[in-house]
Amino acid sequence: MIRFEPRGPSSVSRMLGVSIAAALAALLLAAIPMAFAGLSVFEGYSLMVKGAFGSLFAFTEMLTRATPLILTGLAAAVAFRAKLWNIGAEGQLYAGALAAVAVGTGVISAPPYILIPLVVLAGALAGGLVMLGPTLLKTRLGVDEVVTTLLLNFIILLFVQMMLEGPMKDPMGMGWPQSEPILDAAALPKLMDRMRIHWGLVIALVSSLGVYFLLKRTIWGFEIRAVGENAAAARHAGIPVTATFIRVGLLSGALAGLAGVGEVAGLKGYLTADLSPGFGYSGIVVAMLAGLSPAGVVLAALFIASIFVGADSMSRATGVSNYLADLIVAMALLCVLVSGLFLRFKIRFVGSQTNKEAAE
Amino acid sequence: MTDILDILISANFWAAALRIATPLIFGVIGALVCERAGVLNLGIEGIFTAGAMAGWMAVWLGAGLWGGVLVAAMAGAFFGLIHAILTVPLGLSQHVSGIGVTLFATSLSYFIYRTALPDVSSPPRIEAFKPLDIPGLSDLPFLGPALFQQTPLTFLALLLVAITAYVLYRTPLGLAIQAVGDNPAAVESQGLSVYAIRIGTVVAGSAIMALGGAFLTMSAFDAFFFGMVNGRGWICIALTVFASWRPGKALIGALLFGAFDAFQVRLQTEVGSFIPGQLFLMMPYLLSIAALIVVARRADYPRALLVPYFRGQR
Repeated sequence: MIRFEPRGPSSVSRMLGVSIAAALAALLLAAIPMAFAGLSVFEGYSLMVKGAFGSLFAFTEMLTRATPLILTGLAAAVAFRAKLWNIGAEGQLYAGALAAVAVGTGVISAPPYILIPLVVLAGALAGGLVMLGPTLLKTRLGVDEVVTTLLLNFIILLFVQMMLEGPMKDPMGMGWPQSEPILDAAALPKLMDRMRIHWGLVIALVSSLGVYFLLKRTIWGFEIRAVGENAAAARHAGIPVTATFIRVGLLSGALAGLAGVGEVAGLKGYLTADLSPGFGYSGIVVAMLAGLSPAGVVLAALFIASIFVGADSMSRATGVSNYLADLIVAMALLCVLVSGLFLRFKIRFVGSQTNKEAAE
Repeated sequence: MTDILDILISANFWAAALRIATPLIFGVIGALVCERAGVLNLGIEGIFTAGAMAGWMAVWLGAGLWGGVLVAAMAGAFFGLIHAILTVPLGLSQHVSGIGVTLFATSLSYFIYRTALPDVSSPPRIEAFKPLDIPGLSDLPFLGPALFQQTPLTFLALLLVAITAYVLYRTPLGLAIQAVGDNPAAVESQGLSVYAIRIGTVVAGSAIMALGGAFLTMSAFDAFFFGMVNGRGWICIALTVFASWRPGKALIGALLFGAFDAFQVRLQTEVGSFIPGQLFLMMPYLLSIAALIVVARRADYPRALLVPYFRGQR
């Protein structure tokens, strides 16, 4: 028999250990599909490491990929802290990107120090507003936010496609459904010459610091944690539960919206309907791997980004499908769920003695 | 106005509605069975994908159509078992585990498909299920074309509704499943194992869900495409709430949904030039949210839904 005995609060080192164990377990498990694809595990992983860390270019590509993952990871982490199940970061990301394009492609002309903050703000606002709907439906009517946020992902993507084929289509786009390019004055500057890495990474890191500070040091943060622990008890203790959910929803959506801003105004320069290869969903894995901690989100996003960038490079070299990356990421989520048990419980393998006791 | 009436009384329209409803019937029945036992199964979207891919691939490798259906169900059961182990004896978050299973099942299906077929530009086709033509019945006015232009999987879906209703309401097993979703401690005190009933139910429900995916590649289409499930699983989760966890209402809900979808497709051909197509494509998702809002106030969730049960603890 296995028995779970509850454990007190976990130390940072134990949380880190659990996440690293889960990540390693996922990498070990990935040996099976790799072997199935006829790739030697050693070769596969050395190609992936080289692909993510092998050169300055590879490294900056990995950081570029981590940028939206930090933000969607924060979006999931802050929401899950309050047990607000926002699974809609993918849609909120697109909403943010759409708003950035709406503001940053020539409607307003202003110098960069005005236009860039405007674009960033518009994206955050759009993401937040998209999440406001499901949050209000939850607090007012008790509609489960998981399903509404998931369904909204599809609705928003279709809306983006509609805009890109209609009013926001680039007339110079050779007929492709893409937006007009972001003005130079609205684009997030690059961090390094001849690399794609951009200021979105700074926004992501500052956001992580901000969320850390909010959760640790402010009343609102305390309220978020209290609502997440036990909403009924929090309400009883006089914490404004509804207002907290709304704040968390707005913040979570805004963070995901920022991910969209970075992708469109920092990386691509224009909006297409395939802007995100599932950053919203990967953000959930990032948040869980991070144990919902804002600092952990940065580390977890770097790990997930190196899997994606590494697998892309491995795939180009060997022809093995880069869906391997998605597979590793999914397994990491399942592994971290299980290994999380070791945080909350002492796991005792109870021997024959108790069986005998039970039999008596 | 008469145009709309013409659409609604045409047998072809209802045939299309039933066809669109079929995967949803499988999905809602599977989801409601799991939820009746107290386990929300958000693995559904991935289980649909796995069922679609596994069923298609089995047929493509020569297993025969019913062999493919069986393989799809087994794939569903496999992912259901993962979800069940994580959420029942380990008591982990049903939300996160479900999303994890969806990501896992989807990426595994895509990876296997891509690995088996590395460089195909157009997806290979199989000989899919043919409409069941029953001499005599198929010639009935209205009912004949509406009902008997369907493939065997549609009849399997309708049969499953009846079986599920019977098992749930008329057998000791069904009562145990319901009790486990409402008051697990009471079940344990009867000497039954909450774990065994919950795990078994989630596995069975997931197998049923996977058939919805199999319908997509083996009846609706004859090939597997990336992203072909396209949110159908999530729609089923919404429809389950709308159907207040009853098999009969699930059938009606799925049919209404299918009818609406078939209707908007026909409407699109009439007014398509004025209104962007995406607005029509949004309809199923908007409708699902609307359905949730409509029943929100009186949704009677199984009382132990989302609540893990630990043996010897109340």
